[in-house]
Amino acid sequence: LGHGSGGKLSADLIQRVFLAELGNEVLSSLEDSATLSLDSQTNLPNHRNSGPRIAFTTDSFVVKPLFFPGGDIGKLAVHGTVNDLAVAGATPLYLSAAFILEEGFAIESLQRIVVSMRQACDEAGVTLVTGDTKVVDRGKGDEVFITTTGIGLHAANRELSIRNARPGDQIIVSGTIGDHGMTIMSTREGIEFETALESDTAPLNDLTRVMLDACPSIRVMRDPTRGGVSSTLNELATASKVGISLDEASIPVRAEVHSACEMLGLDPMYVANEGKLIVVVPEQDCQSLLTVMKQHSRGRDAAVIGSVVADHTGMVVMRSLIGGQRVVTMLAGEQLPRIC
Amino acid sequence: MQRRTITVSGIVQGVGFRPFVYSLASQLKLVGFVQNRSGQVSIEAEGSLTALDHFTEQLRSKAPALARIDRLSSHSIPVRHENHFQILASETTLAADVFVSPDMAMCADCRRELFDPADRRYRYPFLNCTQCGPRLTIIHRAPYDRVNTTMAAFEMCAACRAEYENPMDRRFHAQPIACPACGPRLQLLDEIAVPIESADPLASFVAEIKQGKIGALKGIGGYHLVCLANDDAVVNRLRQRKHRQQKPFAIMVRDCTQAAKWCRIDAAEQQRLLSPQRPIVCLRKRNEAVGISDAIAPGNAFLGVMLPYSPLHELLLDCVGDDPLVMTSGNRSDEPIAYQDADAAERLRGIADRFLVHDRPIRVRCDDSVTRVIAGRESPIRRSRGAAPMPITLPFHCPQPVLAVGGQRKNVFALATGTHAFLSHHIGDLDDLSALDSFQRDIGLYEQLFGITPRVLVHDLHPDYASTSYAIQRAKRESLLAFAIQHHHSHLASCMAEHGIESDVIGVVFDGSGFGGDEAVWGGEFLIGGYRSFKRAAHLRPVRLPGGDKATKEPWRVALSYLTMASCDAEGWRSGIDQAIGPNAVRIVQQMIDRGFNSPWTSSAGRLFDAVAAITGVRQTVHFEGQAAMELETLALQSDCAQTYALNMTDPVDTRPLIRGVVADCKNKVDTTLIARRFHNTLAAITVQTCIQLAKSASIDRIVLSGGVFMNTLLATLISEQLEAKGLNVFTHQRVPANDGGIALGQLAIAAHALQSGNIALKSR
Ligand SMILES: [Fe+3]
Ligand SMILES: [Mg+2]
Ligand SMILES: [Zn+2]
Ligand SMILES: [Zn+2]
Repeated sequence: LGHGSGGKLSADLIQRVFLAELGNEVLSSLEDSATLSLDSQTNLPNHRNSGPRIAFTTDSFVVKPLFFPGGDIGKLAVHGTVNDLAVAGATPLYLSAAFILEEGFAIESLQRIVVSMRQACDEAGVTLVTGDTKVVDRGKGDEVFITTTGIGLHAANRELSIRNARPGDQIIVSGTIGDHGMTIMSTREGIEFETALESDTAPLNDLTRVMLDACPSIRVMRDPTRGGVSSTLNELATASKVGISLDEASIPVRAEVHSACEMLGLDPMYVANEGKLIVVVPEQDCQSLLTVMKQHSRGRDAAVIGSVVADHTGMVVMRSLIGGQRVVTMLAGEQLPRIC
Repeated sequence: MQRRTITVSGIVQGVGFRPFVYSLASQLKLVGFVQNRSGQVSIEAEGSLTALDHFTEQLRSKAPALARIDRLSSHSIPVRHENHFQILASETTLAADVFVSPDMAMCADCRRELFDPADRRYRYPFLNCTQCGPRLTIIHRAPYDRVNTTMAAFEMCAACRAEYENPMDRRFHAQPIACPACGPRLQLLDEIAVPIESADPLASFVAEIKQGKIGALKGIGGYHLVCLANDDAVVNRLRQRKHRQQKPFAIMVRDCTQAAKWCRIDAAEQQRLLSPQRPIVCLRKRNEAVGISDAIAPGNAFLGVMLPYSPLHELLLDCVGDDPLVMTSGNRSDEPIAYQDADAAERLRGIADRFLVHDRPIRVRCDDSVTRVIAGRESPIRRSRGAAPMPITLPFHCPQPVLAVGGQRKNVFALATGTHAFLSHHIGDLDDLSALDSFQRDIGLYEQLFGITPRVLVHDLHPDYASTSYAIQRAKRESLLAFAIQHHHSHLASCMAEHGIESDVIGVVFDGSGFGGDEAVWGGEFLIGGYRSFKRAAHLRPVRLPGGDKATKEPWRVALSYLTMASCDAEGWRSGIDQAIGPNAVRIVQQMIDRGFNSPWTSSAGRLFDAVAAITGVRQTVHFEGQAAMELETLALQSDCAQTYALNMTDPVDTRPLIRGVVADCKNKVDTTLIARRFHNTLAAITVQTCIQLAKSASIDRIVLSGGVFMNTLLATLISEQLEAKGLNVFTHQRVPANDGGIALGQLAIAAHALQSGNIALKSR
């Protein structure tokens, strides 16, 4: 059972240990990044509402294997933080990177990772401006851990929040789901499928910029990383106090990812993504937004997967291919057998 | 001359108890009165000593069929010298004390009226009386009065009202009383649920059915899909439209004589078929069952049969004649049965060619109960319509009101207060939104009906059961105590509770899976303990479950796992599945097993059945839960061989010798019926040997058998007979299902016991 799986146990840990002690209005809102105003230093609530505002986020990366089809830990570390800023509606600007290296980790590998990070920063148009390195004894780490922190700039008068979804809104996913997680798992386990899988890791800030320019009414954006689309949508349903209704047939899943999931007994809805986002948009703007997304290279496979509803508050429900209404829950940890 | 005051409690209201008391008193020339008082019936009777003794005795022995007397107390009071016996108006009743009766099949008196051309209810599909008709399925809230039922919208005509108000009438206070003038009516709808004008909707509906059409029929607790059971083409069409490829359909026939054409029926089975609960009874199919489509229950030795239970069914079968009808749940695939009209119209569109509906709303979705008889004893499969919400008596007092939320699939919840355990009707699979809705809504209904506000919530240990989440969230919201109980401990306690066992037992719990709390998936368990605690004394040797729940649908995966564990080549089988499944998938699953990737360890007995079914080529994938095991049992029943495979004498739960035996037999082309039989014999021997060892070391001679695997008649019989032959006492489920439909009772019993002994810290969260 993992407190790190992005499920209920992770949420529990955050609530009980971290927010209990460290909680404040910004941290406790549990957005992908914090929105802060640089104007006022005194009154916390006002940080979010006046003057120039920045988005601020941090993320640690531990991944096995370090190198995988479609990417490596370096790319992930840049994309992950860039994307957290991007889905908050901000323009990512600066990154920091901290490395924890295990003694004996090959310098060539580290070089590969760093080159990859530079490329990723270039592509995303962000600058890595500060960093740190620590080395721990052999056996006290796992080759390399990377923590990146990012700062982005918010446009004036824009407020995206996980609390903003309203009944009637439509939900769009920017592309196929499950690619990253299935690639990592199969690479790690040495499982070869007939068609090779590839991680979708990618920066999303150009896509989000285009989307927000075309459609200022966007209410929420999230990147469904750990815990997959289900966990993200469950968090959304809870935070916005709405129900979410999905249509299984409309959820884009690559055929090879689908068949890999079938074989491994995993549900793609719970598998991590690193280059996809979920966007909630008022119904009247849905089609125009979808068109814009489809024209962008990172949103070519975008699809409307469902809508926000007033029924079943706090729950995500999926109309299955043969018509049933399956409740898509937030798992406690890993996917555990339930059939008795 | 003496006067006595007598108080009767139990199911004594809304079942014709007062008219019964009145006529009994009149016969015995007693004076006094009878009155409903807060859920009990109060009687004062005055007369000669012998007459009073007869009266008290006959109150019990001659009580109406639907009544259940839980307690009867009587004592003498001063005489009052009245002139006659009377029924006094009810005192307002407290919901808490009134039991709501289950829905009961039409009684003999109503049946007589139904077919009596002179009666004003001649062929009226909604007649009922205090002894029969809908109850739980029409109630909105307590107390059980017409205004609180879905009959509130129908205003009684003068004739009905007169009957309703007459204490001597058999419809005195029959809440759903109705007649053609004032009650619900039938209506025929077309395939898109648009009304069709018809002078006789029933006759038109039957005409369509007879032409090979599929009908949707609104019944008591939900919609059924109906078609001719002797017509392969329509049965297969129904399978296609319903997306139900192979799972057996139940049939409805006119009477026992018809049922006996296709099935062997013994006295106990006949008694169940005819009981007022009218469950579906699983009967052994005759070898040549001519006149019934093979597509009804393919590869199955049993056939689910029920008799008409509502007047509408009686009329339907009367029109249809001797043809058996498929009578299956009105739904697509595995979703819950439709019961609300708009929902049914939508969900059954594309399945039904015609709808026969009526305007009496169904409030509580209630599936048919399903049962079977093993060695003369009932062994329920699903306890629902006709049984719920009749309470089960707990072996001890529950000091605080408790809600047990049950499991995930086949969910049943239960409420307890005092010694009563109110088990709900079958709620179903909580993965489905409408089942989850019913779960939450009907918990609310039961709490109101029985006036129970739970102080303690109990749930399964599995973190991802929807019932678990419900309990934890509600406990947090209402500041209640919630605690988790290990799945197989609940199974064990459930069987103990229904037999009133108080001291420790050996529990053999065989099922599909349950969360062990230790990363492993349990399911082939030998537990020693009781309500208070248990020890996992032995379990089947664990294997990898490649792909988790996915393996449950694909027995070949588990077979691969077992073959790997037993170091068997089974080349023939492997090349076979390489062909059937694809070499790539087989290679990958093998890799998962070897690396333990998404392959938790499991000791599940259900999966052992799957493995053997796959290795013997019975089937590699299943269409419904338990299919592989059912088919293996069907084969085994065709052999009377008594041999077993080798046992590991030092470690009986080691299943590897068994697997090697099966593989060797397959290699030698031994007949599958024989292999299936030897497998059953061996699993029985493993169980019996383990139980004997444990019985000796723990000095316990009571063995309870629980878990879904004990739906298997052959296995249950073999184990019971052999253990009993060794002088051990064997207890099997007779009131609640051995499967997860029974675990709420176990959860309740454990919680009640813990509360009573002040031991509530037990596995508390
Ligand atoms: Fe179970
Ligand atoms: Mg993050
Ligand atoms: Zn009747
Ligand atoms: Zn009437």
